[in-house]
Amino acid sequence: MNDNSYKSVMSRRKEIMKASVGVDYDRYELDGIAFDYEALMKDTSYPIEEIRKIQAETGVGYTPLIELKNITRLVRSISERGKGARIFLKDEATNPSGSFKDRRASISVARARELGYKGVIAATSGNYGAAVASQSMKRALKCIIVQECYDSNGRGQPEILEKARACEAYGAEVAQLTVGPELFYYFLLLLEETGFFNASLYTPYAIAGIETLGYEIAEQSQRMIGKNPDYVLATHAGGGNLTGTARGLLKAGADTTEVIGVSVDLSGLHMASDYDFNRKSFTTGHTGFGIPFAVLPDRSDVPRNAARALRYMDRYLLVTQGEVFYVTEMLARLEGLLRGPAGNTSLTAAIALAKELPAEKTIVVQETEYTGAGKSPTAQLTFARNNGIEIIRGDPIAQDSPGRTISIPEHHSQIAYKDVNMIELRKSYIKQLLKQGLTLIESDYDYLSAELKISVAEAKRLVKEVSGNVDPEK
Amino acid sequence: MSAIKGQWVQIRRILLNPGERAPSVPEDTGNLPLELRVRGFLLEEKAEVGELVTIKTAAGRNVRGRLESVEPTHEHNFGDHVPELAEAGMELTKWLTGGDEDE
Repeated sequence: MNDNSYKSVMSRRKEIMKASVGVDYDRYELDGIAFDYEALMKDTSYPIEEIRKIQAETGVGYTPLIELKNITRLVRSISERGKGARIFLKDEATNPSGSFKDRRASISVARARELGYKGVIAATSGNYGAAVASQSMKRALKCIIVQECYDSNGRGQPEILEKARACEAYGAEVAQLTVGPELFYYFLLLLEETGFFNASLYTPYAIAGIETLGYEIAEQSQRMIGKNPDYVLATHAGGGNLTGTARGLLKAGADTTEVIGVSVDLSGLHMASDYDFNRKSFTTGHTGFGIPFAVLPDRSDVPRNAARALRYMDRYLLVTQGEVFYVTEMLARLEGLLRGPAGNTSLTAAIALAKELPAEKTIVVQETEYTGAGKSPTAQLTFARNNGIEIIRGDPIAQDSPGRTISIPEHHSQIAYKDVNMIELRKSYIKQLLKQGLTLIESDYDYLSAELKISVAEAKRLVKEVSGNVDPEK
Repeated sequence: MSAIKGQWVQIRRILLNPGERAPSVPEDTGNLPLELRVRGFLLEEKAEVGELVTIKTAAGRNVRGRLESVEPTHEHNFGDHVPELAEAGMELTKWLTGGDEDE
């Protein structure tokens, strides 16, 4: 019988992974710190036309791109003359389970079926669970979703409880855990026990599934306005949404489109803290995932994460919880679209950005998600209030304090964003590498240049700057 | 409260005790057990809440744990009326449709 202690299970992670993903990651390792990302993506997935075919089989994709004319008009009413970019929204909520995550799940589940697995397992507290459950049933596979759901008092985050309901409705088993990163430990145990496929969010299939989203945006934008969008805003957490969308845009030839990541600022809250867990009103698309996954993508549940945000991210903007609630209300009131928090995070930044941009520029917000019980702003704000969070109307940035105060704007002109310093973010990435005690070889700088979307010379300069301040842990 | 064989129930079990948790967890979390809750059909003939039981989950696994609830429902909802948000919503509607003066 296996030893199921934390340490023992974690030491078996590599073999468990290998058996459950169907990808031999070792083949792509290069000298030094590098691995061959493009070869991994090419060998282990499908060409985009094939992906579109697989997705069409289960009703995924081909979602509408909608111009938000009333919101654009609102933005122009408070912009300088000639400013106020046009805002478009990719209505991903119209996918089968209500979010872009269906794109991600569709390819993983099809692959699991093709490889002969009897079922799939995914570790996720978000929409991805519902997407995997929905796709699994279409492909006649069993499904287990593992969630981080409750605090130690058994109080569940309403949005996560809603995802559990959805997964169960599709016929999946939902394993709900209390707070802690050891969710991964139980996930490994389940993979070992069942022999199911690891429908990780971070495999090449999962990311390739999102490429169609970027591809469609370019196609639809060409058709609607005769050009590619100038800006695409993607809500950023684990990095897959931004990575896949950006890769799809490039495959469609949209190589001048600026790709901007957006997260809800939850700085100050510890993601693995039982106390902090229910003091946040957003369960994803926030800095608690966005920053750690950007600077250390390989922290994920596969040996090499195919979601590598810093390869594609031109800018990274932060907005506040209060602003996103306000904008969710705005989308319903001005555009007749009741949608969930994920896409509205980047819509918030789009509104602030549009004010500064010339009127002929276009911004695409690349997702929406379904909403409902647990996910609606009233559900989250009630939960927040019951957990001692103060809710006020005020300046959404100056008066925002994650875990203490949610400030709903008094006026739409208060909607703004904070820019994350990209150089500092890239330096954090390098710091994470150097902390592991790794020594860089010459070819590593080419890898870093691709990983960080900078020149080789810039990579060398940043490594030099960082290495003076890092003590390797070993 | 009791449940009979085949009823849909929720169980709870400890996966890791406080001393067994990942070294990286913050202190507040590390002092608590890692718990699992999962739902399925009761396999025993009859059991009381709090008793150790076995269930068959939707994916067909047999899992043991303490019976926590019988025929659990989904209780999450749309929350209460939130005046701050409702007020903001009305301001936006007023901007769009012109408010009272148009009536």
